[in-house]
Amino acid sequence: MVTATALEERLLELAGAVPDPELPVLTLRELGVLRAVRVHGGDGDTVEVDLTPTYTGCPAIEAMSLDIERVLRAHGMREVTVRTVLSPAWSTDDITAEGREKLREFGIAPPRVRHGDGPVPLALGPTRTRAPHTAHALSAAQDAHATDTAAEPLRCPHCGSADTELLSRFSSTACKALRRCLACREPFDHFKEL
Amino acid sequence: MTATGPAARPATGPAPVPVTAALALGDDALVLSHRLGEWAGHAPVLEEEVALANIALDLLGQARVLLSLAGDEDELAYLREERAFRNLQLVEQPNGDFAHTIARQLYFSTYQQLLYAELATGDGAFAPLAAKAVKEVAYHRDHAEQWTLRLGDGTDTSHERMRRACDALWRFTGEMFQPVEGLTADWARLEESWLESVTDVLGRATLPVPQGPRTGAWSAGAGRQGVHTEPFGRMLAEMQHLHRSHPGASW
Repeated sequence: MVTATALEERLLELAGAVPDPELPVLTLRELGVLRAVRVHGGDGDTVEVDLTPTYTGCPAIEAMSLDIERVLRAHGMREVTVRTVLSPAWSTDDITAEGREKLREFGIAPPRVRHGDGPVPLALGPTRTRAPHTAHALSAAQDAHATDTAAEPLRCPHCGSADTELLSRFSSTACKALRRCLACREPFDHFKEL
Repeated sequence: MTATGPAARPATGPAPVPVTAALALGDDALVLSHRLGEWAGHAPVLEEEVALANIALDLLGQARVLLSLAGDEDELAYLREERAFRNLQLVEQPNGDFAHTIARQLYFSTYQQLLYAELATGDGAFAPLAAKAVKEVAYHRDHAEQWTLRLGDGTDTSHERMRRACDALWRFTGEMFQPVEGLTADWARLEESWLESVTDVLGRATLPVPQGPRTGAWSAGAGRQGVHTEPFGRMLAEMQHLHRSHPGASW
């Protein structure tokens, strides 16, 4: 059993308070990407931080590393190393409840909580060129296909309506999809379940 | 002496890296990423440009991890000659029209999802990456499937173009199931699952399953041995020329 020292707890708190470079409403702690902080050396001023990327190719990881280094150096750490760890893989379930709430307030539909591993749940709308009856059959078939679909419906972050459609599976970043609310007509980003 | 965040779970020890396999998987991801990146500024609609670029970014991230397991990522990407690349011939095929790109995505992402799902379950050197990437690839495959359905079951023109694209790339798909040194996988079962999945999507898209050979004399594929098709040299020239002209340049 390893025990964290008071210093490590404090450094974890500091690193965790760093805002996400792409979604500055969230801190790294709320995003769930900070895995561990270890202090080495007799002088207690060498620290190693474990950080996990949301997506393998997420370019924000470099900005996060630099921000963590800056903050911990400012707190008197002489040497800061940020390691990227892949395992266990980050999941949108690692986003805290307050993180989800902040995303919603920011206008991004938060990811729904997933239950176990399996196929990635997707809300599949009809293609816009398709006749309505065929479209319904297609989306019903695919709802059945997505066995892992979260129980809660995806809601518009602006008006709360569950009546939304998918515009594009990939939005401004790989982690988001672009949707439109059919009630208030506002387009919005959805943080995809991963 | 460790303070752990809420997501920390026990880590597994490092496994030895089979370099040949790291290059094969890494080059698949790198080369396809570059091909998809070529759509930037050319995709039919803005949303699609963003989608293809995001898929390319996922693949580039995977390539960086895989190539770093095999050596220096930049040296491997920018300084190897064509014959040293170990990617499948499928991924180096030119983008063609949008239907060709989607057919290539359907074939490759279905393969990658099945293979990575298998690699993720073991405790090999690729398990951590595979476990992470398989979730990203599920979205790539879904994207390709939705477009295959839309184009195949669309207008006469889109149907015909999608059919032609699926036919043209079919002969490159047998290579995917040749065993790769250092990868433990049930290749016959992977191929069976792949055929089943692709047949299902094509069927729903009202497209015929291509009839041409996937293996043997009239098929293609020796990319894993470093033999590539003619367009690959030009792609590499474009990908590597800046680094070769200005070694060590940065901004």
